[in-house]
Amino acid sequence: MSILKDAKDLLQGAVQGAMGKAVAIAPDSWMPGGEPDPLIAMRHGHVGRPHSRIDGPLKVSGSAPFAAEFPMEGMAYASLVFSPIAKGRILEIDTTSAEAAPGVLAVMTYVNAPRISPPPVFLSGAKAAGGDDLPVMQEDVVRWNGEPVAVVLAETQEQADHARSLVHIVYEARRALIDFAEAKAAGSRTAVFMGEPLHLEIGDADKALADAPVRIDSSYSTPRHNHNAIELHAVTAAWEGDTLRIHDASQLVAHTAWSIAQMFGIDEKQVVITSPFVGGGFGGKCLWQHQVLASMAAKLAGRPVRLVLSREGVYRIVGGRSPTEQRVALGADREGRLKALVHSGTTAKTASNMMAEPFIVATKSAYASETFKLDVRAVELDMLANTFMRAPGEAVGTFALESAMDELAEALGIDPIELRMRNEPEKDPTSGLPFSSRNVTEAWRAGAQRFGWDRRDLVPRMVRDGEWLVGMGCATGTYPYYRMPGGAARITITSGGHATVDIAAHEMGMGTATAQTQVAADRLGLAMDEVTFRYGDSTLPGVVLAGGSQQTASIGAAVSAAHGALVKELLKIAGNDSPLAGLKPDEVASRDGGLCKRDEPERHETYVSILGRARQASVSVEAEAPMPLETQHWSMHSHAAMFCEVRVNTVTGEPRVSRFLGSFDCGRILNPKTATSQFRGGIIMGLGLALMEETQFDERKGRVMNPSLSEYHVPVHMDVPEIDVIWTDIPDPHTPMGARGIGEIGITGTAAAVANAIYNATGRRVRDLPITLDKLL
Amino acid sequence: MTPFRYSRATDVADAIRQSGDCNTRYLGGGTNLVDLMRETVERPEALVDVSGLSRDIEELPDGGLLIGAGVRNTALAEHRSVRTRYPALSRAILAGASAQIRNMATVGGNLLQRTRCAYFYDDDGSRCNKRLPGQGCDALEGFNRNHAILGASPSCVAVHPSDMAVALAALDGVVHLHGARGERSFPVADLHRLPGDRPDVDTLLEPGELITAIELPPLPFAARSTYRKVRDRSSYAFALVSVAALLDVEDGRIRDVRIALGGVAHKPWRAFKAEEVLRGGPPRAAAFTAAADAELADAKPLAGNGFKIELARRTIAAVLGELAGETA
Repeated sequence: MSILKDAKDLLQGAVQGAMGKAVAIAPDSWMPGGEPDPLIAMRHGHVGRPHSRIDGPLKVSGSAPFAAEFPMEGMAYASLVFSPIAKGRILEIDTTSAEAAPGVLAVMTYVNAPRISPPPVFLSGAKAAGGDDLPVMQEDVVRWNGEPVAVVLAETQEQADHARSLVHIVYEARRALIDFAEAKAAGSRTAVFMGEPLHLEIGDADKALADAPVRIDSSYSTPRHNHNAIELHAVTAAWEGDTLRIHDASQLVAHTAWSIAQMFGIDEKQVVITSPFVGGGFGGKCLWQHQVLASMAAKLAGRPVRLVLSREGVYRIVGGRSPTEQRVALGADREGRLKALVHSGTTAKTASNMMAEPFIVATKSAYASETFKLDVRAVELDMLANTFMRAPGEAVGTFALESAMDELAEALGIDPIELRMRNEPEKDPTSGLPFSSRNVTEAWRAGAQRFGWDRRDLVPRMVRDGEWLVGMGCATGTYPYYRMPGGAARITITSGGHATVDIAAHEMGMGTATAQTQVAADRLGLAMDEVTFRYGDSTLPGVVLAGGSQQTASIGAAVSAAHGALVKELLKIAGNDSPLAGLKPDEVASRDGGLCKRDEPERHETYVSILGRARQASVSVEAEAPMPLETQHWSMHSHAAMFCEVRVNTVTGEPRVSRFLGSFDCGRILNPKTATSQFRGGIIMGLGLALMEETQFDERKGRVMNPSLSEYHVPVHMDVPEIDVIWTDIPDPHTPMGARGIGEIGITGTAAAVANAIYNATGRRVRDLPITLDKLL
Repeated sequence: MTPFRYSRATDVADAIRQSGDCNTRYLGGGTNLVDLMRETVERPEALVDVSGLSRDIEELPDGGLLIGAGVRNTALAEHRSVRTRYPALSRAILAGASAQIRNMATVGGNLLQRTRCAYFYDDDGSRCNKRLPGQGCDALEGFNRNHAILGASPSCVAVHPSDMAVALAALDGVVHLHGARGERSFPVADLHRLPGDRPDVDTLLEPGELITAIELPPLPFAARSTYRKVRDRSSYAFALVSVAALLDVEDGRIRDVRIALGGVAHKPWRAFKAEEVLRGGPPRAAAFTAAADAELADAKPLAGNGFKIELARRTIAAVLGELAGETA
């Protein structure tokens, strides 16, 4: 099954490839972003101001409703039973004692569960959201250790949790393929990501490497990671007749509504998903079994169901980041110019998902090398499907690449920043496309100055402070600009002059609602409080994923399109008595609560006046964003220069980060306050990646053994030093608002900056994450 | 969680009376017991809440301290006499858990917390002799980076998680117990057992026996004591290795010394062998390392925790060096 799917992906990739060539050579003006967004030139609006989050007061006062907080009449509470085996069959289920326990309403298993179809797996279709395509509680088959095998419904959560322990299941375990090394020995295949094989060769890299006067060739490994958003995955589900209403914690409401509708065989309009607030997403708040099980249980019991995963439950049924084993080989001339760049290795996925950790993606556009050989291979294991986790690919791929660049700098005896500058490409080194905007040199310059890079000793192990060795390291961070198809938005303006922007987008705590209100206010020529930005509801227009750091661009392009439609509509309504009479839409801009002639601002009429004369209570338009062809016409990426100072204890090996600076080049920053938090959050997650995050996956049983925040280590406050964040603020002329995504780049490059600083402090090169103290003793 | 009865004890005698049923557990702050109940690792039929009993810290006429078992960890760590006369204890407590947990946790409960071995916690999916004697141990060949290097058995390689208990063991703390058969007391260092073939039994407490107090003897040189905890992050992580120590140096000789180790054994590990090596000798780095080597001579690493031997060796030497006023 997975082979067929991969073949389909390859075909899709080939079609995209052919079209891509045509788009690449087309004139700029045919592209979205061919003409710079007018908001880029507007320097005194709301965009660029550090507005505090408009949802802040709601959250501080506890009145922002999260998915587990919607009250419903007659609510039943669910608790899950997870399989303790990785593969096999259920031979017997005894639910008698559980059903007899106080408060229990029903115990759902494959025996009595409503019959539904498997989920459409993410990337298999425009609106497919499933983490995998496995049947949900439909059969006696077990496919991973932790798969839900029963749902207990009771009057209270405590009753459900107790009865859960009374469900007795007898399994027949079969031999499962869990061990990464064993699977690799059995054979791997070229991995596919977003329809394209993760393999690329330019020139003869092996020969160039062999011939290079200076070369390094190293292996790196990164472990499994699990999602740990503070808000547990939660869902409140109810059937109202044939309509399924779900309060979810989601980063893709429209995808989820469509996918669940497919599973239940109903129209997508019959599934309504709201998700007004999300306590962290990071790629993990997508469609997993809990939404489906709650919906099935609600149907079975005829009552609304609330299902909040336990922290353990998140580890058992929500995928995480897969392990990687990577090789980076760099060949250079004596001046450090790259002759060969080899980045290859293996990762793990399942047969039921389409997500291979794409750790070479950042390498494709990082450096000008004469030859390239990039390759990701994947093995398929009997485990919970892995998934997206903040900068999938780049987070772990830049650890290997940027550690290797540091090793090469060492081998050459030149400064690691200088080495990067010498390999700065003029155009995308593998696609040949021009960069839309690339100011990584400026980011390095500003960052090095602010961090005090010139104080760094080129020779390791030179700085000591008592028991501590002190070192500095740096690395490049990067993340692509994406904009996915499907963006659409509606703008409604009332005769009172208030605008509402509707789009099925998401606020997961990063400030989307605030930044987009700023953007919409500028675009419409209104004040912040004259604009309401509505989102987080699948009945609103648009198919928008809060992922791939692309939501800002996706919303921006959709709202821009809707604004175009609005201008057209308003001109129509305005009629011949308006000062705007006779103007064409592209001659008109929004300003000061209305429309004006672009180059003659005094020729102006307010929205209130236009609608008043037409005696219309409101005007409402909806439009779709253009296809994101810009990403095939330009090479579009955000960049960062990451600087780390670390202290390593000579007695205990304890590594502690003492200073960090991220210097970013991400286009125009829409809101410095929320952006700073995004950058810092990404860097903090990167510190965890570098020093402590690791899922303990017992390869004997395929079971996660540290499913808790006490044993799965993420940084605590004391692990996080002052993190300085600066940016170039140079607008990208080819993106909406001149902005590129900022959500994921913070985690990229960070682990390598830490590892390189540890090398500078101790002379010890650790190529295996996390860098725990035992590796430094 | 399995349903249970709850009652509050009015005094020690009442607590002991109420604990007649052997499936009753005493409840302190509940910061570990309630977690274990949620995981169904512990399934008591009844809880007797003793957190309201004995919450005083009393200065004894001989210069010692009597610490009620119900004293909250935070209160003990902040107590002036503890900070000035037994700083190792204050530091050990503050190195553990989080402020919120320390505000809840009691001294008696801290001593009786159970191992954080992942296989012990995994009631649904793993084998554990501590949870179910005779079932087998999945940690032996599994994740055992945090596990014991001293005093383990083929049945169990778990470690005791407490920081506070390590300091108490070093400070010659004495635990006072009340039970159906009366009162007794013995050193904190003897409270916990090695696993042997009964890892399900953590301590020498008899069923229904209640810890009522901890006594710290007057130990003037304890004012020069410290606690160092080595862990994978700066806070909220269990010790990979910890060392509590106090050192009495006079005329260039070590007159007396106490050392206890955490994170290395099924119990707070009083390092008697190291103490023996040091007593009467010079307070020098070489002597500290030799003492550490003597204590660790019997250490047996598992597949994942071999680094702990070197880590313990270095940490012991560094802590003693610090107390002796040397730089490590």
